[in-house]
Amino acid sequence: MPDFSQLLNEASTMASAVDLLFFTLVAMSSAVVIVIGGLIVYFAVKYRRTPENQIADQLAGSTRLEIAWTVIPLLVALGIFGWGARLYFDIVQPPAQANDVYVVAKQWMWELQHAEGKREINTLHVPLGEPIRLTMVSQDVIHSFYVPAFRIKQDILPERYTSTWFQATAPGTYRLFCAEYCGTLHSGMLGEVVVMEPDAYRSWLGVDAGQAPAVVGEHLFVQFGCSGCHKPDNSGPGPSLVGVFGSTVTFQDGTTALADENYVRESILNPSAQIVKGYEAIMPSFQGQLSEEQLLALLAYIKSLGSGGAGATPTGAPTPTIQP
Amino acid sequence: MSAITLPRRETYLNANYGILSWLLTTDHKRIAVMYLVSITLMFILGGAAATMMRIELFTPASDLVDAATYNKLFTMHGIIMVFFFLVPVIPAILGNFLLPLMIGARDLAFPRLNLLSWYIYLLGAGVTLWALISGGVDTGWTFYTPYSTATPTEVITATIGVFIVGFSSILTGLNFIVTTHKLRAPGLTWFRLPIFVWSLYATSLIFVLATPVLAITLILVAVERLFHIGIFDPTLGGDPLLYQHLFWFYSHPAVYIMILPSMGVVSEIIAAFAHTRLFGYKFVAFASIAIAVLGFLVWGHHMFVSGMSLHAALMFSILSYMVAIPSAIKVFNWTATLYKGSISYDTPMLYALGFIGLFTIGGLTGLYLAALAVDVHVTDTYFVVAHFHYIMVGGAIMGYFGGLHYWWPKITGRMYSEKWGRVAAILIFIGFNATFFPQFILGFEGMPRRYAAYPPEYQFLNILSSLGAVLLGVGYILPALYLLPSLWFGKAAGANPWNATGLEWTTASPPPPNNFDKIPIVTTGPYQYPGKKETIG
Repeated sequence: MPDFSQLLNEASTMASAVDLLFFTLVAMSSAVVIVIGGLIVYFAVKYRRTPENQIADQLAGSTRLEIAWTVIPLLVALGIFGWGARLYFDIVQPPAQANDVYVVAKQWMWELQHAEGKREINTLHVPLGEPIRLTMVSQDVIHSFYVPAFRIKQDILPERYTSTWFQATAPGTYRLFCAEYCGTLHSGMLGEVVVMEPDAYRSWLGVDAGQAPAVVGEHLFVQFGCSGCHKPDNSGPGPSLVGVFGSTVTFQDGTTALADENYVRESILNPSAQIVKGYEAIMPSFQGQLSEEQLLALLAYIKSLGSGGAGATPTGAPTPTIQP
Repeated sequence: MSAITLPRRETYLNANYGILSWLLTTDHKRIAVMYLVSITLMFILGGAAATMMRIELFTPASDLVDAATYNKLFTMHGIIMVFFFLVPVIPAILGNFLLPLMIGARDLAFPRLNLLSWYIYLLGAGVTLWALISGGVDTGWTFYTPYSTATPTEVITATIGVFIVGFSSILTGLNFIVTTHKLRAPGLTWFRLPIFVWSLYATSLIFVLATPVLAITLILVAVERLFHIGIFDPTLGGDPLLYQHLFWFYSHPAVYIMILPSMGVVSEIIAAFAHTRLFGYKFVAFASIAIAVLGFLVWGHHMFVSGMSLHAALMFSILSYMVAIPSAIKVFNWTATLYKGSISYDTPMLYALGFIGLFTIGGLTGLYLAALAVDVHVTDTYFVVAHFHYIMVGGAIMGYFGGLHYWWPKITGRMYSEKWGRVAAILIFIGFNATFFPQFILGFEGMPRRYAAYPPEYQFLNILSSLGAVLLGVGYILPALYLLPSLWFGKAAGANPWNATGLEWTTASPPPPNNFDKIPIVTTGPYQYPGKKETIG
């Protein structure tokens, strides 16, 4: 039984930065409460109604004071906004090189798969000191991936990928919660994140790893006939997918889009929604034919075909895998 | 002990007798009293659900009730308290009773529409209660899709009830807007209006503009469930985030529906019990309008971790800081109003001062949640639960109780026990803090909301919170124990027991059926208390 007795650890690169802002706010708001509360108590006592103080001074107001207590809080608020926004950029933008983990959330469990192929249920093992990027999708309703010790939280939507990332800074076992209400056993949708020393993690990963999602994806790519049209040398009726992920794609109507996870997903499930310039709308939809796990495997494979931009490269070649 | 008899005089209470004279009345004062009874019943039901939840949360495991029941309890608590208590409580009870009295009118502009609003409220409440009793709903008051399109519970019936009650709000808002424009007494210009009228006006604007969006959204949920038309459910081609945008487009302004009238009440009480002019009247008045307008532009701050775009998150964050400013201005002006006043501490004033304290904490913790990086950690935890209870319970209910005690002599013609009034006010303040302050810490430590069972490390703070809720519960029961007897045994209040300004205090208590024997003519601004020294702002 892991020991969670210490209530709130700072266990990610983000945690201390978020806490610094949080406790700055605690200090600031305590000061405001003390000043306002103090003034109210002071006025309340000093100007209480007594036989001598039956009649008040009638002060209509002071424009100067009004301006002061409008502008000063405004500047302070803008400062907090900037600070919070600056950190938020770090939280939502994963570093270019990160270990990929694929998450499928469903009522009421977590299904996790490492880029190297290892699958886990409700427990996620990660190496210490390496960035981990989560690509997440829900199989039913909205869930939310929340690890308080890492100060990260991200909703997980059905039919759409969302992602978040973290880099653990202390070995240990940390709570994983579902933070978006998802039905009857919402409060039972618990998991844990086990942070291991990198060496220990690698040897753990090597045992019964299964097939890497990218390898599974390559099989699916052939099995579902994708490879018949999307030939690497662009000789087929569909565009080559080499280098597509992370690049900017131009469509028939001249609009462009970044080829990210959700673009790949839509191109498989609803290919006629956006047709790449120079190609015909001949691809059939694969809606209902692929499980979330298979879609993630195809995504991993397409990612592994190289990318057009930074930030979308899966790290590390798949480690040697053991066939199941 | 025999009841004290008031000298016989025609009042709105004794003008007619019999149940039909109430059910068919068009008198805004009687309608307000009928709202008082029906909304109080809903408050008791919503409070009962909260009591069950807090008892369940004494222990980490779900033992008193199972998870499914717990989920229905917090849904029932939320739906009843938000849609059937907090939203209508001050406008429909105090606003209905006082708006015509405060502006020197004989009734609202559309008295029959006003009665219709009450019947619509009853119908909506009946339908929703039917859903909650017949099977229950387990979506939370937010009805988030796609869970709400998937759950087998009574979502359609409940949303229809909420849809219906929305029209009660819309019609009340419309009535108030027209009344404020058309029925002000001669000489009562806009800047002579009491702040409570300003805040009712701002609230009415939100009623009329935001409530239809909620109605449309809930109808879309029902349509999706009934006909499988893909709107919010992604497996049908819909977008669940679209639901969240539409829902919060109403439900964030709804927070201001709850708090603005309360701010108006507090402004009245502070001026009355400090016997002084409200400091910065125009700034306080315009702050209400600013809050109503800016409140429409911040809904996305409920969705920072939902998968919304980075740019949208930035905009909603900065706008949320903007809407904090007018609230801060109000707090500063209330505090300054006390300066050099002649302050007495009757029950309403205790509630008003308590309001400032709790609202300040609620508002300040809003700054934490608007800070994007901090929100990522504490959103959907007990931190949020504590924050919005400080605003909605600490703020709105303190304001309502303050107003109820302030105008009780006007409504009933009787005084209540001042001693017990003070005891209840202090008990509610302490009980409230004991209940909800530990929840800030729980949230920072990561306890998610809407958990029927929770990990054992959170138990200590949950016990503190539940014990606080016992105090709070006693505090809420007390007023019933001294307000009701005051109807028979309270001493006669007279027209103006607090020596307050305002047209409502110039007529008898309880007022005659047509409010004023003669329509007053207004020649001065509000809050004209006698002064040692005067300054012109």
